[in-house]
Amino acid sequence: MEYFFWTEQMSVGYHGQPLIENVGIRLKKGEILTLIGPNGAGKSTVLKSIARQLALLAGTVYLDGRSLGRMSGTELSQKMAVVLTEKLRAEMMTCEEVVATGRYPYTGRFGILSARDRAAVSEAMELVHVTEIGERDFTRISDGQRQRVMLARAVCQEPEIVILDEPTSYLDVKYKLEFLSVLQALRKKKGLTVVMSLHELELASKISDKILCLNGRYVDRFGTPEEIFEPGYIAGLFGISSGSYDEENESMELEAVGGEPQVFVIAGGGTGRAVYRRLQRQGTAFATGVLYRNDLDYPVAKALAAACIAADAFEPIPDCAAEAARARIDSCRRVICCKEAFGSFESVNRELLSYAERQKKEIETIGKRKG
Amino acid sequence: MKRQKKARYAAVFFLLLAGVVALSAVNVCMGSVRISLPDIVKSMAGREIDETTGRILWDIRLPRTLAVLILGGALALAGYLLQSFFHNPIAGPFVLGISSGAKMAVALVMVFLLARAVRLSSAALILAAFLGAMLSMGFVLLMARRVSQMSMLVVSGVMIGYICSAVTDLVVTFADDSDIVNLHNWSMGSFSGITWENVAVMSVVTIPVVMLVFLMSKPLSAYQLGEAYAVNMGVDIRLLRILLVLLSSVLSACIVAYAGPISFVGIAVPHLIRSFLGTAKPILMIPACFLGGSAFCLFCDLLARNLLAPAEISISTVTAVFGAPVVLWILIKRNKEKAV
Repeated sequence: MEYFFWTEQMSVGYHGQPLIENVGIRLKKGEILTLIGPNGAGKSTVLKSIARQLALLAGTVYLDGRSLGRMSGTELSQKMAVVLTEKLRAEMMTCEEVVATGRYPYTGRFGILSARDRAAVSEAMELVHVTEIGERDFTRISDGQRQRVMLARAVCQEPEIVILDEPTSYLDVKYKLEFLSVLQALRKKKGLTVVMSLHELELASKISDKILCLNGRYVDRFGTPEEIFEPGYIAGLFGISSGSYDEENESMELEAVGGEPQVFVIAGGGTGRAVYRRLQRQGTAFATGVLYRNDLDYPVAKALAAACIAADAFEPIPDCAAEAARARIDSCRRVICCKEAFGSFESVNRELLSYAERQKKEIETIGKRKG
Repeated sequence: MKRQKKARYAAVFFLLLAGVVALSAVNVCMGSVRISLPDIVKSMAGREIDETTGRILWDIRLPRTLAVLILGGALALAGYLLQSFFHNPIAGPFVLGISSGAKMAVALVMVFLLARAVRLSSAALILAAFLGAMLSMGFVLLMARRVSQMSMLVVSGVMIGYICSAVTDLVVTFADDSDIVNLHNWSMGSFSGITWENVAVMSVVTIPVVMLVFLMSKPLSAYQLGEAYAVNMGVDIRLLRILLVLLSSVLSACIVAYAGPISFVGIAVPHLIRSFLGTAKPILMIPACFLGGSAFCLFCDLLARNLLAPAEISISTVTAVFGAPVVLWILIKRNKEKAV
C-alpha cells in the first residue's frame, strides 16, 4: 500500500534557524501519528510546519501524492483541518457558529451556509457531543468543552487529514477517552488521517499507529508503539532524573527514597503498591520481596524500593532469594505484611512473616489477617 | 433562536436606515435659516422657491448633508477595519494617529501651495492625506511588531498623533493670516464649506472602497478568528493585511482631506453596532457600521451647527462628548470580562 502522507527531508524552525532537520514521516491513509517528546522539543513547530503555518526551511510535505506547498489555500483547507493551542478568537459567537466556521472552504463568496453545510455542522456537533451547548457563547464555556467544539469544527471541515496540537490537555479523563474514541471513529468511518501531539504517553501508546519522538534536536525515533516503548527509552527521551517511567506498564512513579532500608514489606498480587507509595511519601526507605517478576506489585517495587528481591515467574522461588530476604529483615526495624492470606505458592513469603515474628520485629499488618 | 436573531438584524438595519433618512432630512431643514420640508420637496421636484432659501438648500445644506453621510460612514468603517486588523477594540484612525498624520500632510501641502497661490484640487488633498495616513500607519505597524499589548499600541498611536499635531501647529503658526482661519477651522474638524465637486470626488473614492470592503467580508470573518486559523481556512493573510491597511488608510485620508480629524466615531460606532446586532459577523457589521457612522455623524453635525448657532462648534467636540463615554464603557467591560 502506498503512503498517503509523507515528508521528505523536512527541516523546521523559526527565522531561518533550523530546530529539527530531516523529519521523515510516512503514514498510510487512516493512520494515527502521535508526536511525543519533552516540552520545547519541537512538537508544535513540526505540527505548524506541516499545517503551513510556518514556512518549511527545507524539504517537502506530500499529501495524497501532491506537494502541500503547491496547493492553493482553498484546496488545502478542504483537505486539512487544524486544532491548535492558539485560542480561536470568537467575539460574540455561539458554539454552533464557531463550528460552522469549519464550512468556510465550501461556502460561496459571502460565506452563506447552504442546507448541506448546516447538515454537516449538526452532524459534526452530534458526533462530538456538543449539540446541547450549541447556543452557548463560545467564550463562556469550559476549556474542555471548547476543545470539543474545536474538534467538531475540524470534523465539519471534512478534511482528509487533521492536525491536533495537544488536543487532550484540558480534558478530564472521560472526555480524553471520548475525544480519542471520536478520532478512531472518524478514522474508521471516513479514513481520516490524524497527526497530533500528546503529553499523555499512556494514551499515545494506545491510540497511535505510529509515534514520532522528538528530543529538541532531531527525530529520535519513528515507529509503532511497540518499537518506541522499549524499557528505559522514555526516561532517556525526556531526561527523567527524578522518578521513573515504566514503558511496559505505562506508569510513572516518583523518585525512590534512597539509603538503608528501614522497613521490609511483604506483598504480592497488587497488595503492596499502595504501601510502597505511602512509604515513598513519608520518605521511608524500604525493602520488599520476594516478588515474582510478573507480579502487579513488581513494577512499583522496582521503581520505589531501595531493595527489591525478585524471582523469575513460573519457577519455584530459589533458596538464595529467601536467604536474601531474611538478611534484609534482619537489618530492618519494622515489617509490613500486606497479605491477608498466603496462597499455596507463597510459602516463602509466609515463612518470611513467621521469621520476622520470631525475630521480634515490629509487625504491621494491612487488611484482615486470616489464619 | 435563529429566527429571533434574524428579526434582530432586520430591526437594527431598519432603524439605522430610518435614522439616516430622518437625520438627513432634519439636517437639511435645520440651521440658521430654517427650510421647511414642503419647500425642500418642492425644490427637489424642480419648482421655484425663494431664491436665498434655494441657494442655501442647494449650495450648502444638501452637499454638506451628503458629505456627512458619506464621510461618517467611511469613518466608522475605517475604525472597524483597523479594529479587525489589530484585533483591538479601541483601535481607530484617530487614536492610532492616522488621522493626525493625514492632517499634517494636508496642512503642509496646503500652506506650501497656498503661499504660491496655487488652488488645491480635492484629489490632491486626498492624495496628500493618504500619504500622511500611510506614514502614520507605517509607524504604528512598526510599533505593533514590537509591542503586543493592545494598550501599548494605542499609547504609541496617541504619541504619533501628538507629534503630527505639533508639526501641524508649527506649520499653521508660520502660515499667512488669511490662511490661518481656514486651516484652523479645518484642523479642528468641520464639515463646513463642502461643495458639490467635493461630494463627487469623495463618492468616487469612498463608494468603491466600501464595496470592496464588503466583498472582503468572508476572508475578514476568517481573519477575526485568529491568523493561524485563517491560514488553515485558505485565506491569503498577507494580501488581506495589505488590503486592510490600504483601504482603511484611504478611508481615513478621505475624511481628513474634507473634514479634518474627527475623534471617537471610528471606535464608538462599530462597538455600538456590534452590541445592537449581537454579532461581529463582518457581512452584517460592514453595512451596519457604514449606516451607523452616517447616522452618528449626521446627529453630531446637527448639534455642532445648531447648539451655538450662528457659531459652529468643531465636530470633534460633539463626537467626543458622545463617543468618549462609549470608549470608557468598552474598557471597563473588557476589564470585567478579564476578571471573570
